[in-house]
Amino acid sequence: MKKTIFSFFLITVFSFVFARQSSLNSSIERGKKLYEQYCLTCHQADGGGVPKMNPPLINTSYVTGDKQKLVQWVLKGSTESVPIDGKYYSNNMPPQAYLKDEEIADILTYIRNSFGNKASAITATEVKGIRAITK
Amino acid sequence: MKKIFFFTILFFILFVVANQSYGRSGKDTTKNTASGQLVPDADNAGLKLPNGFGAIVADTGLGAARHLAVTSKGDIYVKLEDLKDGKGIYYLHDADGDGKFEVKTGFGNYAGTGMAIRNGYLYASSNTDVYRYKLDANEKVSDTTPEKIITGLLARHEHESKSVVLDNDGNIYVNIGAYSNACQKQDRTKGSPAMNPCPILDSAGGIWQFKADKPNQTYGDGTRYATGLRNVVGLDWNTDINALFVMQHGRDQLHDLFPDMYDTKQSAELPAECMYQLKKGDNAGWPYIYYDQVQHKKIQAPEYGGDGKKEAGENAIDPVVAFPGHMAPNGLLFYEGNMFPEKYMHGAFIAFHGSWNRAPEPQKGFFVAFVPFKDGKPSGDWEIFADDFAGSNQIMSSNTAKHRPCGLAQGPDGSLYVSDDQGGTIYRIIYTGK
Repeated sequence: MKKTIFSFFLITVFSFVFARQSSLNSSIERGKKLYEQYCLTCHQADGGGVPKMNPPLINTSYVTGDKQKLVQWVLKGSTESVPIDGKYYSNNMPPQAYLKDEEIADILTYIRNSFGNKASAITATEVKGIRAITK
Repeated sequence: MKKIFFFTILFFILFVVANQSYGRSGKDTTKNTASGQLVPDADNAGLKLPNGFGAIVADTGLGAARHLAVTSKGDIYVKLEDLKDGKGIYYLHDADGDGKFEVKTGFGNYAGTGMAIRNGYLYASSNTDVYRYKLDANEKVSDTTPEKIITGLLARHEHESKSVVLDNDGNIYVNIGAYSNACQKQDRTKGSPAMNPCPILDSAGGIWQFKADKPNQTYGDGTRYATGLRNVVGLDWNTDINALFVMQHGRDQLHDLFPDMYDTKQSAELPAECMYQLKKGDNAGWPYIYYDQVQHKKIQAPEYGGDGKKEAGENAIDPVVAFPGHMAPNGLLFYEGNMFPEKYMHGAFIAFHGSWNRAPEPQKGFFVAFVPFKDGKPSGDWEIFADDFAGSNQIMSSNTAKHRPCGLAQGPDGSLYVSDDQGGTIYRIIYTGK
């Protein structure tokens, strides 16, 4: 009996982990396609950006750090001359508020887990919540 | 006794002769040949050049080396876009004549792009101002206190750099780039309408003319010499026909903004990067039109009702040369030297910084191109002159290019200098063929 309960517990844990992993993978997969469509021109195929013009998405707390700040960057874009990790980038970023919550979640989950980045996924629910408080 | 004296003298003479020839051959193995000619680096500084040409890494480690100017003594002043040890201008001097600069001193506490020498002055620009410094009898800046010539120019995030060139009549020309891609209400935003008329053009998106020697000039003291130029970085005064020539960076993102009209391949090639000859009052048409180098036509911009085919811009000038899109021409130089073969005399060299806006297609540029000229007009097709700055044949992401050509200048001996704002290198290209 104990054995059965233990096996059941293990299967539950594994399937939970597996489901989580596969949903992460499919989010990254969808995010990659969306990245190519909406982001790649400026941030480049390798996520390395363009020196002085478009900031890199690699090795920066802007991408792997605070989720709210990152989601708002996508929703509002940027026309400010602000230093990013000590460097200035001149091109304006258009707001991407027209993207659906799930699309933004997929794109950001993709860039947070690509180009050498490793950070937690962002969910559509999180994007929705941040959009609601973003003007 | 006489014999000993004789042998002593003989040995002395032999010693001196041996030493001299040793010294000379010692120099041979460095950079100069016995005749005093420069010797290119064994790998031509990593560049691919036409037969008979060679290149020397004259300097490295300068960081974002933008435009540069050479004095009649062969010394270089280079403007940096990022301060190096707190300095924005570097003076480079080759003390031993091997083609490499050993002496480097910095001054000027502002970053920028523009650098030019005319009538005994060195001119330098930040992104908002233009300064000058008096050159002494050795063509050196001995007093590094700048004299502010022009002030208060617009720098609003995009296309901020100010390039400068001077004519022979006491005028200085300054590029003021448009702080926009295509004059949409919301820059680079799909679906955002164009502003019509484009309000940017009153104070940017053109070339302004000022006096070269009058301090503290602002917009009101200058003249909008030419308009409808989105962004110019490379420009030069053609002394053969006494005229201003500029290289325009064409607009970006035709596919991103109008995916139904332009596919990614068209968007990579279009619009042309244009060379224009400018007279006072000229209009090159931005943002209302762009030049399509495939159709050889001025095409109405899609933001202003165009569909990729409709012609417009009857009042806009035509380019002198049209290059493929997005290659980012950052330097222009008309060659008036005696070192290069006849073909190159009076022709135009263009430093292409290299594209970013061709993705998902491979990037393009990262080379110095040449256009032959006769009587101030192109006399043949453009060609690649110096290639392989990027260090790879296929660049997909422009951040992987090792070097990016930016400025051009001609040495008193006819050498061509190329600055690189990615790898911080100054290249010296020489002709060694016969």
